[in-house]
Amino acid sequence: MKIAVCAKFVPEAAAHPRIDPLTKRLDRSGEGTLNQFDVHAVEEALRLKEASGEGESEVVIVSVGPERALEAMRKALAMGADRVLLVSDEGAAGSDLVATSRLLAAALEREEADVVLFGQQAGDSDGAVLWAAVADRLRRPLISQVAELTQEDGKLRGKRQTEYGYDVIEAPLPAVIAVSDAINEPRYPSLKGIMGAKKKPQERVSLGDLGIAAGEAGEAGSRTEVYGLGDPPSRGDTVKIEDDGSAAEKILQFLLEKKAL
Amino acid sequence: MTTLVFLEHHEGKLEKDSLGVLSKAASLGDEVEAALLGFRVEDLAAEAGRYGPTRVHVADDELLAAPLPQPRVDVLEALVRDGGFHTVLFAASVLSADVAAALAARLDAGLNWDLTDLVLEDGKLVGKRPALGDSVYVDVGWTSEPRLALIRSGTFEPAETGGSAEVERFESRFQDFSLAARMVEQAHEESEGPSIEDADVIVAGGRGLGGPENFALVEELAKALGGAVAATRAVVDAGWYPYAAQVGQTGKTVSPKLYVACGISGAIQHKVGMQGSGVIVAINKDPNAPIFEYADLGVVGDLHEILPKLTELVRARKAA
Ligand SMILES: Cc1cc2nc3c(=O)[nH]c(=O)nc-3n(C[C@H](O)[C@H](O)[C@H](O)COP(=O)(O)OP(=O)(O)OC[C@H]3O[C@@H](n4cnc5c(N)ncnc54)[C@H](O)[C@@H]3O)c2cc1C
Ligand SMILES: Nc1ncnc2c1ncn2[C@@H]1O[C@H](COP(=O)(O)O)[C@@H](O)[C@H]1O
Repeated sequence: MKIAVCAKFVPEAAAHPRIDPLTKRLDRSGEGTLNQFDVHAVEEALRLKEASGEGESEVVIVSVGPERALEAMRKALAMGADRVLLVSDEGAAGSDLVATSRLLAAALEREEADVVLFGQQAGDSDGAVLWAAVADRLRRPLISQVAELTQEDGKLRGKRQTEYGYDVIEAPLPAVIAVSDAINEPRYPSLKGIMGAKKKPQERVSLGDLGIAAGEAGEAGSRTEVYGLGDPPSRGDTVKIEDDGSAAEKILQFLLEKKAL
Repeated sequence: MTTLVFLEHHEGKLEKDSLGVLSKAASLGDEVEAALLGFRVEDLAAEAGRYGPTRVHVADDELLAAPLPQPRVDVLEALVRDGGFHTVLFAASVLSADVAAALAARLDAGLNWDLTDLVLEDGKLVGKRPALGDSVYVDVGWTSEPRLALIRSGTFEPAETGGSAEVERFESRFQDFSLAARMVEQAHEESEGPSIEDADVIVAGGRGLGGPENFALVEELAKALGGAVAATRAVVDAGWYPYAAQVGQTGKTVSPKLYVACGISGAIQHKVGMQGSGVIVAINKDPNAPIFEYADLGVVGDLHEILPKLTELVRARKAA
């Protein structure tokens, strides 16, 4: 079985990501990392691979992002993924949902994976939508928000939460599955895994390699735009303290002040 | 300009958020129509008509009985192509997010999500979107038609106009792949649980608790404060706590006087369920956790240290 995992390179939360007021795009110059939500998708892919028997399956990481995303994707290789396919091109910068889904779908068409996995959301865009656009382009069944995934007679079964409780949905392969952050506890890469990651295949492809014209990607291929930025409404005074052993007393004091007891 | 609003419904009732979006669209002065998709749902069309649309398109088909996104994309694609709608609006939900994003790909149309307002600026539609954990407000737009948008849950209140709408039946046609996924079991509520919606004080636990056994720490503090216990989706999905106690987009919306968040990162989908709380206190060991953006008192520290002490202090205070 071939399993593809869509994974994104996102700014580190600790780098305090911001939107560049000039380009009105997310400033990606700071430290970046593999989107934490996608680590759960990598873990689920490895579990599917392990369940299918040694040597029979392959896990490929597919990502659209800047060149230095490769380094972040090594974490997935260290966990046990087999290789990385990165779509990286100047002309892809600034792609919105329509354009990104087009690039990702084109890369996935090449791979012809039986299962395409997505994470719960990109930590920087909070969309939780990309999979549906990609599944539509690939013309494959979709199960999203999956908190429990099982496999039976060539079909996948996903249990997922909606506003009304839990659904169980079944889809034949090939299928697109988006997992929730509760689906598993991701493994830590072993030392051996980390050492071996660098040597695993890491391929970079351009728009041209995928047969995508310049007008179909980046801002030209996008259908949304950003006009301006503003400050959020203030929530009043917020206080942040570090626990030096007296946090409990300080919380109590605060509650008394606010008459919240 | 004509706008189409996708109407969601559950167990024979239209969703409040869908009606809110319908009312908002009508208030912008556009010609508004609505799309009602399902099986044996025609009765709901008349009710929808009271919230501003001139026409309600009804696609009634057994293949639309289960709330799966892909068959709905086929119907909406045809409806939008036939009707020439300029804008298509969705109240965000697990179902409509998937429908909207797939429709965007199908129609090569722009989708903006998580909008908390829609305004006309010089005749142009502009969406307001809080981004990066609500730390910045972005004005977003579309470069082509149709314009698709997902509105954050709980954003617009329904307002009856007293009008009525023409009801028009729409024949559904489906692609093979759209019917490949199958609903095996629908909207099953895992277990009964306590009611948290009326509580004045809520102590909520997230994955930072480290395991289901540590919910005891949260329960003890809740007891001392005379409040209820709530949870995030992450721990509910993991089976640590019942769904009935979940706060957020797919859980309950609460507005207690006091909300104490323990080991909760503060994702937007959690925030939408508790932002109306009077005072928010957050305990989290990661100083960069998004919850600190909107907590009145943020405490960077280990909940295992702080919670037992705080419970003792509250108990002593109440006893005094
Ligand atoms: C469509 C959709 C709907 C959703 N609906 C909901 C919803 O209704 N409700 C909801 O809650 N979520 C919902 N989510 C999920 C949401 O995006 C987050 O994934 C979820 O809220 C995270 O839960 P958490 O904060 O418990 O876990 P995490 O995000 O893993 O956060 C755990 C936090 O605990 C902290 N921590 C760890 N150890 C300690 C310690 N010892 N002391 C103190 N702090 C510690 C960590 O620093 C971290 O910030 C939804 C997502 C989607 C896509
Ligand atoms: N640039 C990207 N490259 C590969 N996968 C992505 C990219 N952006 C998002 N994804 C995948 O899509 C999921 C949802 O992203 P989003 O809809 O942007 O929140 C993520 O969890 C990833 O699995």
